[in-house]
Amino acid sequence: MNRKAFAAAFPATVPVMLGYLTLGAAFGLLLNAAGFGVGWAALMSGFIYAGSAQFLGVELLTAAVPLAQAAVMTFILNFRHLVYGLSMLEKFCGMGWKKPYMIFSLTDETYALLSSLHVPVGVKPADYYFAVSLLDQLYWVAGSLLGGLLGTALTINTQGADFAMTALFIVIAVGQWENAKSHLPALLGGGISLLTLVLFGPERFLVPALAVMILALLVLHGRLDREETA
Amino acid sequence: MNVSHSLAIIAVMTVVTILTRSLPFLLFDRSGEPPKVILYLGRVLPPAVMAMLVVYCLRGISFSAAPGWLPQLIASIAVIALHKWKHSTLLSIIGGTALYMMLVQVVFG
Repeated sequence: MNRKAFAAAFPATVPVMLGYLTLGAAFGLLLNAAGFGVGWAALMSGFIYAGSAQFLGVELLTAAVPLAQAAVMTFILNFRHLVYGLSMLEKFCGMGWKKPYMIFSLTDETYALLSSLHVPVGVKPADYYFAVSLLDQLYWVAGSLLGGLLGTALTINTQGADFAMTALFIVIAVGQWENAKSHLPALLGGGISLLTLVLFGPERFLVPALAVMILALLVLHGRLDREETA
Repeated sequence: MNVSHSLAIIAVMTVVTILTRSLPFLLFDRSGEPPKVILYLGRVLPPAVMAMLVVYCLRGISFSAAPGWLPQLIASIAVIALHKWKHSTLLSIIGGTALYMMLVQVVFG
């Protein structure tokens, strides 16, 4: 452990700390309300370590979905990570034994920090990035444990708490909407999803929706690329 | 609760998440530039997927009676409005969820 790197990284991670402690606690509470105690929260936050996928995971566990469905849903939800990786290829190059962990722990928030931070003078970039990533996961695990324990200690009526997942996705969607040069992808995604929901029903529309969506986006390749570069 | 199936779901989610995070490094670390179409999909697919996930979350809506759709509609609008106003992820999620819980437990309960 490189103490100097952690001391330098800590202030930069404070916003993520606040977010992860709270959101992690919400996850732990929700999981606990679904009948999965604090041990399950630790397991998921330690190994899966993907906020939105874990919120979805609560639902997958509750419904005890088939493994293939869990795999497809996780892949769909995590697709955006492909983009994160692409823009970190250079940054993680030459990080040695730390590199596998950097890739494993590349969440939305860590990606946002790593792509915007400037490494302080006197600290090795590899140590600094590693400290940022590790601190972020510690916050997330601590938050989940806290939520799981609180859920056992409190006897509050948690009916409706699962709306936290809907709210999280809406928040991400609003952020993307504001940053997008073209709103066509978001509109297509919503429209195609509604259409396939009506055609295939609530439990089977995701895969056809995704297939039609990719097809439509490929067909519109020329047009959207022009709009983006315009 | 089926413990072994739950553990299997978590294992699958772990493996798939590691796979999606490491795929760019496995495919493009040595070969240089990724294909243009992959970069294009990487840009346009996330907003489409997020819209799909919002629809997925709200798939249980039923229009046969007001409690089946009105709380979801009000809370969703509240989340959008809060987020447009303050741009604080936490405030938007906690505010919207608290409102929704109040609606389903007290107002429409």
